[in-house]
Amino acid sequence: MTAVSVQQPLGVASSKGWWARKANRRLVVRYIVATIVTIIFLFPVYWLFIMAFKTPEEVFASPPVWLPSDFSLDGFVELFRDGDVNTVMNSLITAGTSTVFAMFFGTIAAYSLARFKTGGDNLAIWIISQRMIPPITIVFPLFLMYALLGWIDSFHGLILLYTAFNLPYVIWMMRGYIEDIPIELEHSALVDGWTRWQVLWRVVFPMARAGLFATAVFTFIFAWNDFIFALILSRTEVTTFPVQMTRFFGHQQTFWGKIGAMSVIGTLPIFFAVAAMQRFIVRGISMGAVKG
Amino acid sequence: MARVRLNNIEKFYGELHAVRGISLDIPEGEFTVIVGPSGCGKSTLLRALAGLEEIDAGTIEIGDEVVNDMAPRDRNIAMVFQNYALYPYMNVYDNIAFGLRARKFPSNEIETRVHQAADMLGITDQLDRLPRQLSGGQRQRVAIGRAIVRDARVFLFDEPLSNLDAKLREEMRVEIKRLHQDLGKTMVYVTHDQIEAMTLADRIVLLRNGKIEQEGAPLDMFERPVSRFVAGFLGSPSMNFIPARLAAENGQINVAFSDGLSLPMPSDRVSGLEPGREVVFGVRTEHITRDRGANGRAGLASLRVKIDLIQPTGTRTYATFQLAGEPVMAELEAHDVERPGEQLSLFFDMNRIVLIDPETDLVIQ
Repeated sequence: MTAVSVQQPLGVASSKGWWARKANRRLVVRYIVATIVTIIFLFPVYWLFIMAFKTPEEVFASPPVWLPSDFSLDGFVELFRDGDVNTVMNSLITAGTSTVFAMFFGTIAAYSLARFKTGGDNLAIWIISQRMIPPITIVFPLFLMYALLGWIDSFHGLILLYTAFNLPYVIWMMRGYIEDIPIELEHSALVDGWTRWQVLWRVVFPMARAGLFATAVFTFIFAWNDFIFALILSRTEVTTFPVQMTRFFGHQQTFWGKIGAMSVIGTLPIFFAVAAMQRFIVRGISMGAVKG
Repeated sequence: MARVRLNNIEKFYGELHAVRGISLDIPEGEFTVIVGPSGCGKSTLLRALAGLEEIDAGTIEIGDEVVNDMAPRDRNIAMVFQNYALYPYMNVYDNIAFGLRARKFPSNEIETRVHQAADMLGITDQLDRLPRQLSGGQRQRVAIGRAIVRDARVFLFDEPLSNLDAKLREEMRVEIKRLHQDLGKTMVYVTHDQIEAMTLADRIVLLRNGKIEQEGAPLDMFERPVSRFVAGFLGSPSMNFIPARLAAENGQINVAFSDGLSLPMPSDRVSGLEPGREVVFGVRTEHITRDRGANGRAGLASLRVKIDLIQPTGTRTYATFQLAGEPVMAELEAHDVERPGEQLSLFFDMNRIVLIDPETDLVIQ
């Protein structure tokens, strides 16, 4: 990089000048390649967003319409008019609440596994094995159970399920992060006069902050993206947005404007969550990678 | 401030018997150093005292109360850890104040105490820094500050200087010793470093395989070790050990080596020594000096040896020679020997040597 900025005096055709030009050319090539790769990766996202603003004719136009004629907000207006945005709200409530529960109970359980060696090594493996069950294999037995309990189409039903399904992931991740904390920090706090719970709050949580945020974001994303549980276990009251999306594919008509608009709205929470916590996530993921 | 009493402490880690029936009485205000090689149980013992480790048998008393079932926070002790255990997300002030906040001290009291402790340790201008901005020595000062800021009954140190370089270790050793003199608190200090043990302790407790090998004042233990282990552990460079046999000759008892050389025992140290007995002859490096013809002094025995290795340190020169096939090191004056290969007559101070039973490893004489 520094070689690029070196100013050569006029008329001095030194070998250094040749090197500087060569480095310069290499840099230009790199930028071009990077731009092409970025375009390839961002194109689907662009296509998704742009669909939200197209008229139905433009969606299927050939040759494709790269930029809509006018940025029609009809898709969004329809979502609000028909009450479809409520399903986004439902998703926020179920995913958000279950994330809080899963993080709280999961972290406590992880602390117990990491520090008190609860259940030895086998319990931790057994817990993570629960996560490996394909959701589709348990969703029908669960449907029968929920039907019996009258929990179909209820917030608490979905929240409980998402919490239970995400707990193994939270426990597994947080166990690694907690084991990375030098135990002397906790011992020192215990000797200093804090209780176990206070140590958890004042030492373990701040020390595992990056891991907590990273795990919470992923937990939220898992619940946010769930389709199969919500499809089987909800009817009309607590429909989540992925399920609602399928209803836009009608027998007579497909509501492309709504699909585009809903996709935009559905992506936004994840986008903001990841953007806000990017610093923690990158650190959190790499921290877990070293050990745990 | 309080006395500490350990009665028959036992600790198992699965199959491993880490602490084997240790009893120890630490008087109020005494600086006790628990020392021993790694794995001897010294840290386990300290952590048990702090309440961080449960014991399988025995009682721990602090003051006059049995604290076996008491949580660490209720024992009112302070502890300094080897890796400092500073909270990286808090500045120095908050680190030192952390324990006071746990005990709900009023904020003006906290401020006074933190500044007092910081003054004492010379870290006042670092109070608003984060631990990662400090050097190793400064970090350890903060860790010590965090311990002394409370009026703990007992102070525990778990190898606090092991992470520091040699020069800093010496400095901090002086500071810890001064701290003890100024505060007069009961302190229990764990280390594997015999120099730290010798220099800091009012009393040394030397552990080996979970048992107390010997306890006592540093110089007593140095001069009167009970076993080969103690003799070899204390002192640097460590004591020379040479296998030998006792032999009677002309009414006196000699220590005879396999290469034919022998050294006479002083007449006041021969009671109970049977001729013919196998022994290990132990002599400290500083008790071998150059023979300058002062043969009249009682107990000095001379041997002529060939030096095969010299290590000058500036103040002294370590000279190594062979005796009965064993390398023996003598600590001579700087210019006593100039080059390897020199033939020298050396005095062995037979008043200070030890004779060890090779079967039991216990000191006989």
